[in-house]
Amino acid sequence: MSILVDEDTRVVVQGITGGEGKFHTEQMMEYGTNVVAGAVPGRGGQEVAGVPVYDTVSQAVREEDADASVIFVPPAFAADAIFESLDSELDLAVAITEGIPTQDMSKVHKRLSEVDTHLVGPNCPGLITPGEAKLGILPGNIFSSGNVGLVSRSGTLTYQVVDNLTNRGLGQSTAVGIGGDPIIGTSFVDALSLFEEDPATDAVVMCGEIGGEDEEQAARFIAENMDTPVAGFIAGRTAPPGKRMGHAGAIVSGSGTGTAESKIDALNDAGVPVGDTPEEVADTVEELL
Amino acid sequence: MKLHEYQAKSVFADAGIPTPDSQLAESTDEVLSAAGSIGYPVAIKAQVQVGGRGKAGGIKLADDDEEAREAADAILGMDLKGYTVDRVLVEEAVDFTDELYVGVTMDRGEGKPVAMVSEKGGVDIESVAEEDPDAIAREHVDPAFGLQPYQARRAVYDAGIDREVASDVSSVLTTLFSLWDDRDASDTEINPLMVTSGGEVVAADAVMNIDEDALFRQPELAEMEEESYEDDLERKAGEYGFDYVRLSGNVGIIGNGAGLVMTTLDLVDYYGGEPANFLDVGGGAKAERIANALDMVFSDENVDSVVFNIFGGITRGDEVAKGINDALGQFEEIPKPVVVRLAGTNAEEGMEILNADLVQVEQTLEEAVQRAVENAQEGDA
Repeated sequence: MSILVDEDTRVVVQGITGGEGKFHTEQMMEYGTNVVAGAVPGRGGQEVAGVPVYDTVSQAVREEDADASVIFVPPAFAADAIFESLDSELDLAVAITEGIPTQDMSKVHKRLSEVDTHLVGPNCPGLITPGEAKLGILPGNIFSSGNVGLVSRSGTLTYQVVDNLTNRGLGQSTAVGIGGDPIIGTSFVDALSLFEEDPATDAVVMCGEIGGEDEEQAARFIAENMDTPVAGFIAGRTAPPGKRMGHAGAIVSGSGTGTAESKIDALNDAGVPVGDTPEEVADTVEELL
Repeated sequence: MKLHEYQAKSVFADAGIPTPDSQLAESTDEVLSAAGSIGYPVAIKAQVQVGGRGKAGGIKLADDDEEAREAADAILGMDLKGYTVDRVLVEEAVDFTDELYVGVTMDRGEGKPVAMVSEKGGVDIESVAEEDPDAIAREHVDPAFGLQPYQARRAVYDAGIDREVASDVSSVLTTLFSLWDDRDASDTEINPLMVTSGGEVVAADAVMNIDEDALFRQPELAEMEEESYEDDLERKAGEYGFDYVRLSGNVGIIGNGAGLVMTTLDLVDYYGGEPANFLDVGGGAKAERIANALDMVFSDENVDSVVFNIFGGITRGDEVAKGINDALGQFEEIPKPVVVRLAGTNAEEGMEILNADLVQVEQTLEEAVQRAVENAQEGDA
């Protein structure tokens, strides 16, 4: 078992005719993901990587029974692509695109509250259920199948922590990169609640970073609602206030909120051990299992 | 992207928000001539993008030519929190009875814009928000529908604004929200919004920050962009297009992906070193970009040691290795020891390509960071 994706997930790739879209469609299929269609306005009738392309997502849903989408659409058109996937009643939409205007995401966020689709991202590496399916750009070869769930705001940090886990035989149920933007679809709390309900997940790793208050909210959720043990890691302990550390969402505000310290304290208070290094996180997971 | 005060004021004024008379000046002579045409008293305000200008001596009042000359001489050319002041705004000094605050920003936790009003303007609004949160009336706005007139009124009355000016303040807030919405702002703020002795409101300051990701559809604002950097290294990073933050230590750090680079910084600190910088080469970096990153870090004279931490997803290890070889191959002697750790996509190919005479290779993140910290300590000694 797993959360959000498995071998039966039927994927439509929005933006499949672009360079990134085509390359990663091939990579996803090589991994075993069931990519059934592409969707690009004006390109209906073509074929990419052996997959039929439709003009709209709803055509792909109608003709190929797609139930999830991966979005490789440039920032200026990405919010529209997300709206289209939400309107097509998919179970899951994964937005890889980096640099979507925040006000666009605010409107998407509002729409999400009215539909049943899970949105992962944007500005994320996607998600993977090892051995079954990956939706996004994660390097499949570092993951291994197992019972540790992982949720992270950062792509490359996800890879690092997974590497530490895999190297000592700790496989993953599903790993989800939720993205580093200020406004995202699936939050830590959303992912944690899915892991809590997943019988195949026996421990969860949560990788947070400076900026915002999502980790603090997650800590409250863990304390009140979770039986599955959680190990934490927070990036950005050395970040100075007021400077944006790469991610649009990774900034410690001048008034002191969003610091690594406040997040680590909140997690510790919720009974979540926070590792000083990725290697320590793997140690902790071993102890929790 | 931050607009300067004078730019934000012109955007606000064009939208119908009352602002005092003002002129931009670059020399003491220009200040005197501007003050002459506006009429004393005037405020002379440094145009640099830092908060707390007043406390730092960047804003002065002048009642006559002599005071204006003194103020201009003091402010023009001064160093204000790392930025040199080369322009000032000369502005009609408003005779006021009250200082209010109005602002619009994105509440990221709610995923919605929030409009704010407070009677406690004229001071650091962030400390008001912390110490006396009830002094700021807030209205969350549905992004699909925008700020409704009743919401603007409710915020103004909840904030306890004087009835005489309530309608004017409400109208300013509505305009401020429209600007925020139409111009893809991340923040629009007026602090203080002054109530004059004549019972009018006027924007004595203006803050407008634009979402960089939306500049493609805000061409007029994009044209206003004036790059300002704290130092030459930040300027260079801007030219190369890197996410870069300069720090005070001596271990230079290059990596891919914000979370992983931050983690590398934290590990340097954890193992007893001090990070010199945050440098993210981003996704899919090719050889030239890697060489540029090394150039950046070598240009920082504080750096005694460098660590490269690449975990390839989109980024390919062989490309990274080529870039490192190219960049380091040009030196007769490598300026500072470089530790490299490559993992992920094409890492093995990269390891084979890497010229082991030029760099120290480590297998894990922890080992690489510890080695770089040791190198820095030797370099320091």
